[in-house]
Amino acid sequence: MLTKRIIACLDVMAGRVVKGVQFQQLRDAGDPAELAAAHGEAGADEVVLLDVTATHENRKTLIDTVRRAARQLFIPFTVGGGIRSLEEAMAVFDAGADKISINSAAIADPSLIASIAARYGSQAVIVAIDAKRVTDWATFSGAVRNDASRGSAKDDGVKFEAYVSGGRKRTGRDAVEWAHEAAERGAGEILLTSMDRDGTGIGFDCELTRAVSETVSIPVIASGGGGNTRTFVEVFERGRADAALAASIFHFGLRHLADLKRELQSAGIPMRWPC
Amino acid sequence: MIAIVDYRAGNLTSVKKALDHLGVESTITHDPDVVAKGDKIILPGVGHFSSTSILDECGLRAAILERLDERVPFLGVCVGMQWMFASSEEAPTITGAGLLAGRCERFPANVKSPHVGWNSLICEDHSRLFRGVTSGAFVYFTHSYRAPVVDTTVARSEYGGEFSAAVEKDHLFGVQFHPEKSGRTGMHLLKNFCEL
Repeated sequence: MLTKRIIACLDVMAGRVVKGVQFQQLRDAGDPAELAAAHGEAGADEVVLLDVTATHENRKTLIDTVRRAARQLFIPFTVGGGIRSLEEAMAVFDAGADKISINSAAIADPSLIASIAARYGSQAVIVAIDAKRVTDWATFSGAVRNDASRGSAKDDGVKFEAYVSGGRKRTGRDAVEWAHEAAERGAGEILLTSMDRDGTGIGFDCELTRAVSETVSIPVIASGGGGNTRTFVEVFERGRADAALAASIFHFGLRHLADLKRELQSAGIPMRWPC
Repeated sequence: MIAIVDYRAGNLTSVKKALDHLGVESTITHDPDVVAKGDKIILPGVGHFSSTSILDECGLRAAILERLDERVPFLGVCVGMQWMFASSEEAPTITGAGLLAGRCERFPANVKSPHVGWNSLICEDHSRLFRGVTSGAFVYFTHSYRAPVVDTTVARSEYGGEFSAAVEKDHLFGVQFHPEKSGRTGMHLLKNFCEL
């Protein structure tokens, strides 16, 4: 039976793992290569490394970090943050990433999805979407209704807007619509982060996750808000997520990965456990 | 020396890395002469079945098949395993190696595709590749097309119906999943292959 995945995310800044709350208040959490290996050993189904600063000067540091982390990691390894072109993606693949995650660059130039997929396969391209509930309707230009044929949220008034640049810039685009387009263009998975829930531990945005999961036929990784076991059960059952991503809950010893997987399995969620 | 065949389909570094970790010598090559000298051959590959046509264009198909006639152990991974079959629905005009009978097909529409993630195996006891690996073990898959269950199937997996997770026939081995990305189980399988 295909299991639900628990993906450990390492937010990296200048060669160190950091973690913030709602994309702010960053704290140092350790060495990326060491933490990646530790998560793999502890039972993470995948590791994602996100370069949260993604500045040009840090590019070499990132590549070096990816290379060091990849050497010790024999589970799927995704790298994201600041990848703007096929060339930059190639450098990250060369360093040992199995998949890359693109966000702002895909919005700016959606053809990038297809060009990376053509070279490395769709399974290697994750489109990351940072989504926020729309509260300011007056300035939400992407007020396109999801059509009923896709089975997504319809007239309940809930809308999600895609943000770029690490959550700093609005796009005016409907996040669910964008996920659909990304999948059509050849993305292999969607990494969907709820900006409202990021770092809070109060639970994933199941409504957002479900809306996307029911719209696309590719796997959806839910992110933002993971906390106790219940929050994970909910995002798999109610949110229909294929995988869930979490960071701070693992880094600071708030919860052991193994405990979480065991508890999820007891709750009836198919897990790779023991592994 | 294990020859890892490079036919520009996806990322080959992870297979090499896994073999390095096991302390096994290997080389990534697109040179038919190097393939012809390999003690073992690994044909990796993620991507489209049509990319295997590069094997023909580079003279690699002939080099591989010649070596296989000499009973050199061969491991096809993902698309590399699908290539062992006669053909794939993904690229009907491309001819596989035909080492095994059957045609690879797309997953049915009632399940999400690609099939991505960790799925459990149902293993046959007699497999040399799976020595020490028991049914229920998890491995990592990522693919949109699948090989049917055939008489050479030594491990099955279930996703929208059963399919071949691994095949084995004498010195020929194929795995649909990625052993280099399947944690301890995957490393164990690669070790088994290297020790043949």
